[in-house]
Amino acid sequence: MSPIGLEHYLTLAAILFVCGAVCMATKRNAIGVLIGVELVLNGANINLVAFAHFNPAFEIEGMTFALFVIVLAAAEAAVALAIVLNFYNNHTTVDVDTAEDLKG
Amino acid sequence: MDSVAQPILFWIIATATATCAIAVVVSQNIVRAATWLLFSLGGTAGIFFLLGADLVGATQILVYVGGTLILLVFGVMLTAQGPFITMKTGAAEWVISAVVGLLFFGVLAVTAFSVGSVAAKNDGRLEPPGRTVKEYAPKLNLVEASKSASSSAILGQGFLGVGVGPAHLNAKGKPERANYLLPFEIVSVHLLVVLIGAAYLARAKRRRRGTA
Repeated sequence: MSPIGLEHYLTLAAILFVCGAVCMATKRNAIGVLIGVELVLNGANINLVAFAHFNPAFEIEGMTFALFVIVLAAAEAAVALAIVLNFYNNHTTVDVDTAEDLKG
Repeated sequence: MDSVAQPILFWIIATATATCAIAVVVSQNIVRAATWLLFSLGGTAGIFFLLGADLVGATQILVYVGGTLILLVFGVMLTAQGPFITMKTGAAEWVISAVVGLLFFGVLAVTAFSVGSVAAKNDGRLEPPGRTVKEYAPKLNLVEASKSASSSAILGQGFLGVGVGPAHLNAKGKPERANYLLPFEIVSVHLLVVLIGAAYLARAKRRRRGTA
């Protein structure tokens, strides 16, 4: 079996990224949009760690930034869920199409 | 890592991860999408372990699978009532998003393979543009060093303020190594502030009635 190179990991990351982007675009549930964001961040993380593995000069940076992305994703999920809960309390729905209070 | 076992493990984990990610997009039930996301995140942790990033993989399981996903599931539980568990997406939207997604994936895949072909010329390793690794990190033997010490030990030292990684020459001509104490502190304080803010935003309140 041929060895696994950088492009294999990058392609896997691209699949996750595209799935996340499509998920963000098609899901009408606000939590579904959040799930898409998590997928996108994971794809980016695979990119960071793969480059860290294959490029010795960036070994530490890649893993450090991946750790920061994980922590910031947790923070982002907490705030976004708080906003979604507030929205649900005010509008009794999580359909993002109904969030048009700021429409000009 | 064994050179025979690694491709097999990669293909198994990568196929599972990608399939679960696609299932997240396709499934209309939000609870099922969250469950597929769980498996996708776990597979990503496996990929991290395969890449030798032990600490990142462990953090992925602890924070993402154990924390963020639980948060998401609780969000689903608190907001999912009747029609919101399954929200249908129209056929036209599916077609448009599938076309755009495939085009986007094509662009990314072409880029990935062009980067990979550069790496393949160099014995599978990328080098900084214009410089070889030896010039960039003189007398460092980073690759050998990281194979003997675990990546989590190196990362922990970096977070404690000890210089790790390739050396750069500073203004006085002395080699200096980066440490990650300040970014680590910024991220810590940021996480604290954000979690307090989130708890404040999501605190229990009387529900307003009559608005739809």
